Amino acid sequence: MTESQYVLEARGIIKIFGGHIALDAIDFGLRAGEVHALLGENGAGKSTLIKILTGAYQPDGGAVLVDGEPVTLDNPLHAQTHGIGTVYQEVNLLPNRSVAENLYLGHQPTRFGLVDHRQMEADARVLLTRYGLTLDPGSELGSHSVAVQQIVAIARAVALSGKVLILDEPTASLDRNEVERLFEVIGELKRSGLAIIFITHFLDQVFAIADRVTVLRNGQLVETQMLDALSRTDVVRLMLGKDIAFNGSTDLEPESAHREVLLEFSGYGRKGTVSPFDLTIHKGEVIGVAGLLGSGRTELARIMFGADPADQGTLRIEGASEAIRHTTDAIGHRFGFCPEDRKAEGIFGDLSVRENIVIALQGKLGWFRALNRDEQLEIAGKFSESMDIRAASLDMPIKLLSGGNQQKAILSRWLATDPAFLILDEPTRGIDVGAHAEIVRTINRLRDDGMAMLVISSELDEVVAYSSRIVVMRDREMVAELHGKNINPGIIVQAIANHPDEAVS
Amino acid sequence: MRRVPFERLANPQLLALTGVLLLNWLLFPNFFNVTWQDGRFFGSIIDVLNRGAPVAILAVGMTGVIATKGVDLSVGAIMAVCGAVAATMVVAGYPAPIAVGAALLAGLACGLWNGFLVAVLDIQPIVATLVLMVAGRGIAQLITEGSIVTFNDPVLIFIGTGSFLGFPMAAVIAVALMVSVTLLVRRSAIGLFVQAIGVNRAAAALAGIRSRMLLMLVYGLSGLCAAIAGIVVAADIRGADANNSGLWLELDAILAVVIGGTSLLGGRFSIPMAVVGALIIQAMNTGILVSGFPPEFNLVVKAGMIILILLIQSPYAALPFRRRLVTTSKATAK
Amino acid sequence: MNIITKLAIAASLATALTSVSLAQDLQGKVIGFSQIGSESGWRAAETSVTKQQAADRGIDLKFADAQQKQENQIKAIRGFIAQGVDAIMVAPVVATGWDDVLTEAKEAEIPVILLDRGVDAPEDLYLTSVASDQVKEGRVAGEWLVAEIGDADCKVVELQGTVGSTPAINRKQGFEEAIAGHDNITIARSQTGDFTRSKGKEVMEGFIKAENGGADICAVYAHNDDMAVGAIQAIKDAGLKPGTDIKVVSIDAVPDIFAAMAAGEANATVELTPNMAGPAFDALSAYLADGTAPEKFIITESKLYTPADNPQGEYDTRKGLGY
Repeated sequence: MTESQYVLEARGIIKIFGGHIALDAIDFGLRAGEVHALLGENGAGKSTLIKILTGAYQPDGGAVLVDGEPVTLDNPLHAQTHGIGTVYQEVNLLPNRSVAENLYLGHQPTRFGLVDHRQMEADARVLLTRYGLTLDPGSELGSHSVAVQQIVAIARAVALSGKVLILDEPTASLDRNEVERLFEVIGELKRSGLAIIFITHFLDQVFAIADRVTVLRNGQLVETQMLDALSRTDVVRLMLGKDIAFNGSTDLEPESAHREVLLEFSGYGRKGTVSPFDLTIHKGEVIGVAGLLGSGRTELARIMFGADPADQGTLRIEGASEAIRHTTDAIGHRFGFCPEDRKAEGIFGDLSVRENIVIALQGKLGWFRALNRDEQLEIAGKFSESMDIRAASLDMPIKLLSGGNQQKAILSRWLATDPAFLILDEPTRGIDVGAHAEIVRTINRLRDDGMAMLVISSELDEVVAYSSRIVVMRDREMVAELHGKNINPGIIVQAIANHPDEAVS
Repeated sequence: MRRVPFERLANPQLLALTGVLLLNWLLFPNFFNVTWQDGRFFGSIIDVLNRGAPVAILAVGMTGVIATKGVDLSVGAIMAVCGAVAATMVVAGYPAPIAVGAALLAGLACGLWNGFLVAVLDIQPIVATLVLMVAGRGIAQLITEGSIVTFNDPVLIFIGTGSFLGFPMAAVIAVALMVSVTLLVRRSAIGLFVQAIGVNRAAAALAGIRSRMLLMLVYGLSGLCAAIAGIVVAADIRGADANNSGLWLELDAILAVVIGGTSLLGGRFSIPMAVVGALIIQAMNTGILVSGFPPEFNLVVKAGMIILILLIQSPYAALPFRRRLVTTSKATAK
Repeated sequence: MNIITKLAIAASLATALTSVSLAQDLQGKVIGFSQIGSESGWRAAETSVTKQQAADRGIDLKFADAQQKQENQIKAIRGFIAQGVDAIMVAPVVATGWDDVLTEAKEAEIPVILLDRGVDAPEDLYLTSVASDQVKEGRVAGEWLVAEIGDADCKVVELQGTVGSTPAINRKQGFEEAIAGHDNITIARSQTGDFTRSKGKEVMEGFIKAENGGADICAVYAHNDDMAVGAIQAIKDAGLKPGTDIKVVSIDAVPDIFAAMAAGEANATVELTPNMAGPAFDALSAYLADGTAPEKFIITESKLYTPADNPQGEYDTRKGLGY
């Protein structure tokens, strides 16, 4: 029997939303003891497929099989009884309860009808050791790092289901070390015979851990293949249906091109947020900012932009001393800022793509010099074309766009104000490969046009590729400034980890 | 020139208004009869315009507030305050324009106070405006000393009962206000900024929009609208009734805005549709009056109608229709 | 029994002993009055009339405004008991929840008189209750209309008070009793005007449209004068003459209806007297003098006023009462 080789299988799955076909006859098979990466741009149908495999959605056609037997999965809880467990990007646990309680919630060991806490914590300790975690099971889950919480969530899912584990972008909010730790856990689980579906935007991670890969595009199945047979470019080509250029350079951009000073921060800082720092930024250069989450990267950006104004130090813009007390001051000096949390601080979800693009320019013009609809359409149209924003209409709400297109719209919002200095906080996080490449290309183009930029990113390869200098943040302090030749991610990681004086390149 | 597409005319608010008016016509065949009498139009449909005016005026201001994800519970009380100010001043011998000016200023001040609490002190709108909702009526009672202050000033009375081109003055004021505020908001960038604040205040701050000034503006406008409504209502009965003027009208105004399609979660708004919402509410009231229902049914009938109207507007209401479309398209594909 | 109650009893006993011989009238007596608030012009007039009556009799009136809250009234009454007043008057804001505090007053041997509204409590807990008979008010209004119309056919429209409120129910009932048996008078339409001037006007506008531009309406009966004043404006706006084309009869006798009457725009009003305190003081005086128990329910007069009763004069005197 051919079907018995799969633990979990989808055959000819069709899913229709309204008039839109989200999945068109998808076949997908998962073997025991493999890590199977599921790839595709945003909107390719990954989440829909996962939701059907976990019972959150019901397919409009086709069948789901577990161990070769057709099953109907009513809901995720029901899927669990078939051995299918899921861990989502945002940990779905209770941060204010103990680790042990989170592991055993709903099936606690009982004694005389009461929860046996001692037994539960002892069990939890044993279970956690298997995952290489030595922490107090009685401690609050929320007091641990996201990575630990993620591993606890995996442990819980595996304990409850035990046959199939679905990981939906588990690494999106983890730093490099945490990802490695998570991968060790995944490797262990794989060796123990678990079948794992792994969804991510990071190609590196796919190649680091996956055995096979299934690529979806626009609701269609493109290919399922062993990974050893594929190169990185092959995978990207499968996802996009075209080649995109990846800059594999490990050298920083030369600094000599532009030496005209734009900004001079000296002793600049904000009490309790970022210690005073000195930084000079030239026209036509990109300053990369590296550091772990919580190192003060975002805070640095907000201080520069006046969102949380500095309370010490001075700023000179083209030689003149200036004060930035509010975002409007910054914008007045031709600053722009694309925040990290696109949904919470970037987009105006219910407003149109057009309005989202023109709003910063309109903010600069004020209440009474309003751009009329035609002017707005022209501006929005110009940028949606040059940035390749894919929207059915510029008048549709931006919340309906994919993350990558939203990011391009926010970038367009600032480009429309003709900025001299642009701050980009994680501009490529959580967006699809196509948009990713587009944004990297745009950063390069803007730099060559003479714009100064500060780019915060966890993707060190990428930072290295377009930056002329890299500053490293640690514990809310600017600890190093790297420049010159032979900068590669390894050196940056060292700088993040070590003391500044050891990290000279 | 852009043509207004047919779909925009066939929006749920205008359909609901037409529906309620037709229902009134069925219950009372003379509903649409309009005669010319003493230099003005006279008829039930004119009553709808005239009686709907105070809530429509409140709804103009309330729309802006709700679009910023706020709410103004104090407008009914501000109406009482401003009516009391205008009435006591004309009774004390001040000329009507000065009394009206003072009442408008009082309303503006009340609105700016709300704006200050919301924008500067960052108090939740529902709490911030509750302060004046409770205190305002007390202030109005202090001004009138608990009684109805009756006046005979012809200029002030004209605002409530006069007519312009045959139409009741109150309705003319409401329409003029609606048109001018809509133009102000749409021709300037204020409308866009108000929506932006309502949808995402954090993003608005990062995009360089000064939300404090805007919040002060929308709450100030709401107070000003409440003042106008308060003057109209007092002028209509030739007396300032501090106990009853504007009582519970804040809820009617909020309802009008919601019927008008503006979400209480802020964002997209339409002032003309909120005014249509006020007319829908008044058409129901007038319909109940002329149809001869016993008064015990008033609230039940109203509640039922409102539920129906909100259901029509719900995105789910269109679902069966859309589903049918999909099945048909599938069928033709086969 | 707590200390305060004991002290109160001691105090009231002492007062009773010293005053027993000279209690012929109420000169120098201390009487506490817990008023609901000042929610209407009538209420304000009741307060000022009560103060005036007390002043005329040399009574030391302790006045407490409860601002529409029962707990404030209970607090005020407890305060009066503690002060050892000679008597307490209450205009109760609600009917229930009075048993405890009235029992305390009874134990302190302080007579309590209810004004204007009754309570759901045993009758032995208070001396008497002074109130108007709302059914009778409606009846007086109806009887006036019956006499005024004679045998002519008459379609009446009714402006009710707030739906479900006691005065609305009673005034409707009384009016219907009076016109029963007179088939020439019918109530054509009846709607609530919420006791307010603006709603009265709005409802009357609707009635006029519904009744052939008002030509079919012979009279309007309003449960209070405020609604009648609104209705008068609606009638005038429709190009008709209130008082002539459409007769106007209402209840309360507030100053503005007398102004309308003086202008020939209103035909009759039934007085809800703000002088509840006068009869109360009379009953109290007799009780304190020789223990005469007054009637448990003292009904105030429901006097009919028509344009023959010098409306301008009534307007002038009443205007000063705080209506």
